[in-house]
Amino acid sequence: MRSIWRTLDPGLLRDVSAVAAGAAVSGASFGAISTSAGMSWWLPVVMSLLVFAGGAQFMAVGVVAAGGSPAAAVVAGLLLNVRHLPFGLAVGDVLGKGLVQRLVGSHLLIDETTAFAMAQPDPRKAKTAYWLCGISLFIAWNVSVVAGAFIGQNIGDPNAFGLDAVFPAALFALLLPALKDAATRNAALLGAAVALAATPFLPAGVPVLCAVVGLLITARQKVPA
Amino acid sequence: MTLTAILVLAAGTYVIRLSGPLLRDRLKLSDRVKLLMSTSATVLLFALVATSTLTKGQGFAGLALPIGVVVGGIAAWRKAPFVVVVVLAAATTAGLRFLGVS
Repeated sequence: MRSIWRTLDPGLLRDVSAVAAGAAVSGASFGAISTSAGMSWWLPVVMSLLVFAGGAQFMAVGVVAAGGSPAAAVVAGLLLNVRHLPFGLAVGDVLGKGLVQRLVGSHLLIDETTAFAMAQPDPRKAKTAYWLCGISLFIAWNVSVVAGAFIGQNIGDPNAFGLDAVFPAALFALLLPALKDAATRNAALLGAAVALAATPFLPAGVPVLCAVVGLLITARQKVPA
Repeated sequence: MTLTAILVLAAGTYVIRLSGPLLRDRLKLSDRVKLLMSTSATVLLFALVATSTLTKGQGFAGLALPIGVVVGGIAAWRKAPFVVVVVLAAATTAGLRFLGVS
């Protein structure tokens, strides 16, 4: 485990910090929204530690706040997280071989860690990026959720600062190297079009899964030697 | 939100997350399938970029958000440092909202 930090470069640390800062603000707003929806302060905190998936957490709390049942909230959250299964199939190797690394590393399998790992040119750097991003975001997210839960409604709307633009822009920047490959790019464009077209008609989380349809046009993608 | 619901969501999410790495190991995937898996992750992440840029709930996200993401995206494409990309995207969206553009 220790050896992976040798490939740590300041550039990676800076990039991860930028994403962690965005996650921290979003976490504070999650804590605040949860307590103002009537939850005790420790519930969003336990949720953030154990679920560790921003989208699903906002979704679940939102469903209950809108009068939905806890069961409906669980289903909505899980639908949003199904995409993590293919992420694990794609980057499962970078977690490490040991059982503990796998068990702990799997909890850190989120959009950002997957994107950071895939943006690295070699497996060693991918492993460093995955763990650095995962641990940093886990700390930033959970500390800020606690803070937000206590500060409560005094937190303004983080979207006024354009923070909802941080996640897609950061993700796009990380995906750029992979999108240089024409077959991957075409599949991604088709997939995104399908997901957007499906959004008005399907529950949250499902449209993104529909994007795998885009893979149909990679049938003739060449396997690099 | 009840504690039981949180625990079920957490357990389900963890099972989903652990399945990928475990299956990948068990199945002895061919290079072709491995490539397909990594392409599918890119495709899913890109769809996530598209939906979180253009949609809020089941409707359109408004103009401020997509314009900010596009400005950040162009900066990324022109090889601007990652931090610049992120700050430009947020600042553009915030600026437009400040000016009253939703």
